[in-house]
Amino acid sequence: MALLEVKNLNVSFGAKHNAVPVLFDISFILHRRERIAIVGESGAGKSTLGFALVNLLSKPGHIHSGTVKLDGTNLTTLTSPQMQKIRGKRIAMIFQDPMVTLNPVITIGKQMVEAIRAHTSINRHDAKKIVLEKLAQVQIPAPDIRFDQYPHELSGGMRQRVIIATALLLTPDIIIADEPTTALDVTIQAEILELLKSMCEENNVALILITHDLGVVSRVAERTMVMYAGRIVEEGPTLEIINDPQHPYTQGLLNALPQMTLAGHKLNQIPGSMPSLSDRPNGCAFHPRCQYAIEKCQIKQPNYIYSGISTVACHVLEDMISETSSSDSAFLNDGKDVL
Amino acid sequence: MFVFLLRRLLQACIVMLIISLLSFVIQGNLGDPVRQMVGQSVTSEEVEKIRQEQGLNDSFFQQYGRYIKNALHGDFGESYFYKEPAFHVIMAKLPATIELTLAAIILTIVIAIPCGVFTAIRPKNLASHGIMFFSTIGLSTPIFITAILLLYVFSALLQWTPSFGRGETVSIMGLWESGFFSLDGLYHLILPSISLSFILAPLFIRLIRSEMLEIMESEYIKYAKAKGLSSARVYFIHALKNIMLPIITIGGIQIGNIIAYTILTETVFQWPGMGSLFIDSINRVDTPVISAYLMVVGVIFVFTNTLVDLVYGLFNPTVKLAVKDV
Amino acid sequence: MSYPVREITFSISPRRWKHIWAGFLSDKLAVLAFSIFVFYCLIAMAAPLIAPFDPYDTALIDLLNAEIAPSWISGDERFLLGTDAQGRDLLSAIVYGTRTSLSIGLLAVLMQASIGICLGLISGYFGGLLDTLLMRCADIQLSFSNILIAIVLLAAIQSIFGLAYYQDHAMIMLVFILGLAEWPIFARTVRASVLAEKQKEYVDAAYLMGISQIRIIFKHILPNTISPLFVIFTIQIANVIVAEAALSFLGLGMPISQPSLGSLISIGFDYLFSGIWWISVVPCAVLMLLILVINLLGDVLKNHLNPRHYKD
Repeated sequence: MALLEVKNLNVSFGAKHNAVPVLFDISFILHRRERIAIVGESGAGKSTLGFALVNLLSKPGHIHSGTVKLDGTNLTTLTSPQMQKIRGKRIAMIFQDPMVTLNPVITIGKQMVEAIRAHTSINRHDAKKIVLEKLAQVQIPAPDIRFDQYPHELSGGMRQRVIIATALLLTPDIIIADEPTTALDVTIQAEILELLKSMCEENNVALILITHDLGVVSRVAERTMVMYAGRIVEEGPTLEIINDPQHPYTQGLLNALPQMTLAGHKLNQIPGSMPSLSDRPNGCAFHPRCQYAIEKCQIKQPNYIYSGISTVACHVLEDMISETSSSDSAFLNDGKDVL
Repeated sequence: MFVFLLRRLLQACIVMLIISLLSFVIQGNLGDPVRQMVGQSVTSEEVEKIRQEQGLNDSFFQQYGRYIKNALHGDFGESYFYKEPAFHVIMAKLPATIELTLAAIILTIVIAIPCGVFTAIRPKNLASHGIMFFSTIGLSTPIFITAILLLYVFSALLQWTPSFGRGETVSIMGLWESGFFSLDGLYHLILPSISLSFILAPLFIRLIRSEMLEIMESEYIKYAKAKGLSSARVYFIHALKNIMLPIITIGGIQIGNIIAYTILTETVFQWPGMGSLFIDSINRVDTPVISAYLMVVGVIFVFTNTLVDLVYGLFNPTVKLAVKDV
Repeated sequence: MSYPVREITFSISPRRWKHIWAGFLSDKLAVLAFSIFVFYCLIAMAAPLIAPFDPYDTALIDLLNAEIAPSWISGDERFLLGTDAQGRDLLSAIVYGTRTSLSIGLLAVLMQASIGICLGLISGYFGGLLDTLLMRCADIQLSFSNILIAIVLLAAIQSIFGLAYYQDHAMIMLVFILGLAEWPIFARTVRASVLAEKQKEYVDAAYLMGISQIRIIFKHILPNTISPLFVIFTIQIANVIVAEAALSFLGLGMPISQPSLGSLISIGFDYLFSGIWWISVVPCAVLMLLILVINLLGDVLKNHLNPRHYKD
């Protein structure tokens, strides 16, 4: 059975009568020890999805419908004390900016010990031992000194290591890492990513990596989901998606990577920008920016189809596939079952 | 930190200088001290002789220097009314004022923290609206009016509480007369301390509320929740610890207010503390006591301000960094 | 008794005044508070016309009329709110007391504002040692409360000049002392605004055009600091009235012969336990409402004048 199964998750902001939908019919599966990535521009709803999974949406946001099943238990219907037992213990999170994630007036050690003691009856002394052990594991020098220091005494990279160590304290099933390297210096980004990956491997933890950087994805994740304006537009094995992106948006994202540009040429940009929540275009939300857009794209939301490489939601692609292999309908159905 | 302390010390010295000058002027200028001592029947030559003996013809600085020297020894002269050293008169009343203030501060903390936190985490709750309404009223009501109305309702009309004084006190090693350890003393403490906290609590409720609302949006609070901590721990440890700094700062600014408030409260409830003694002494033109009060209050003021600074440093792990750019 | 006033800087265009005014009118509480305040002001201004008796005229006071309860209890139509222990009509005393309290409040705040604005402008515009010195003074003074400063100064003045002399000049003395007591609030706000405005190019431009510094300060910088000052001005009126009432209650403010609301409360307080509650409770209520209304107005102004609040 899948470790985490998200089905038709819809998230809205605002009160019922004038709620603005933010996430549309998100469905995916995460297996044990699997590492997946959620990719998209800022505003695509990646972080919202991350917080929706642990039911920590900021105030006007709420889960409108759909299920998030962890080992078969639906998390969306849990009471807050029940959910509290899941957070940190079974699903841990790593936030974007380590400079503001740790509480500035509480020592590193206390913030880690309390994470253990919130879920177990381990005494302070033993908890400290675990903490020191984990700090050493994430390659923090002199953990016993760091233990009594305040966050401002540590560099950004060190703080992110502390946060990774905190996430690993209780060996959770899943770690959700929301842009864990974005706020860091380029020089230590790779280090932290490598650490995150190896820690997940060593501890048998599944990882949901939220990022806007496709370069990051290829190093870490086995599977990738591309999000655009609150919807998953493409989903499949990372290597295949990067080698042969199917959705026009994914193609645009890949082309926009600086290393894809020939020297002396302008960077490739996707023309236009992500629509805001309130004025999402009808049909496929990407059509105003899409060079392949056809009439259908403006009217109808595309269904998911399996392209042979990944699962994609795109009318153009659908038409192309049905032209070339219209007889092979079993193949298409197979694709739908994945989601 | 060192520069910070030095600057604080300098400020404290300036404050004490101003206060001592003021109390010196009050003591020196009131009426003719020699006439007061000897009466009207003495000739002016004799008066002049006494003036010379008493050093009243010395320069201002000599007289001021002598005043400070005596003040440092706790010698402010004898109270005209009590016929006792003024300093002793003041010190005898000090415990009453300190206990009243302490009780009010404890009451304020006990009321303000839960109310402030509650109104921040449940802003739309009916009780929150109620708390905010009362805090607006409380902040707008002058303390002596609160005190008078409480006194009228609970002492005059309902006769539930005593109307004046401190009640029975217990002597602690002959040094401190405490009302904390007798039922009667506590009973007398109820209304005065409520009056004081009725004006202090709303200020802190509003402060805690607005700071909490801001901090609840912060990443580290979200992170604390993501770690699976209990709401109580998130709000009362993670959030509250962060708003301690603004609370301490505002609390420090309130010291002057609290001293003024105790004068008013003590007057209404005839609480036998320094404040009511001060007002009585003004009415009795008992200058040694007035001047001693000013000096004692000045020292208390400077001392508590320094204490607040130290506590601030204690709560702020970055104080060593922050001081540089002050 | 004092609101913590945040230092805020923002300027207002005529177009925004319209919005502010519209927003104000749609706020029912604001309109109510404003109406009550205007009512108080009218009563204070027209006190000699409204008051049934002249409370300063000892010829009109008859001890036979002493301690009459308000008319709804005693049924005595002559004295709507009853009389005090000397037989003085309480309504007239309150009307005149309101006049005294409001006048002191207004005058003292005007004084605070003029001292504060001048020192703030000087401090902010010229900077340097003068600025440091002035702001240190402001810091020290702000760390005391206005009432405490006033109590101490009044105690000093009373002992230096003598009680009789003080009582003859009580109102001027009070205005003077309360006016001195809280200038730093104005000064700090103005200084912050000036520092912000000074960076803007039009000040440089004006200077290059040869416009004198004084003119730059008063013509170009001051108008931009008006709206936060407006809020402080309003709230300070309440603070000063409270301070004056507190001083009078302690017997350090207005003398009994010329009562403000505070002195009325003080007089009545002695009779609280003899069943004659109205002498102090009625002025208490009048004062409370006045303070509440001014503070509400201050809050409303703060909300409507601040562009950050203005959005929603």
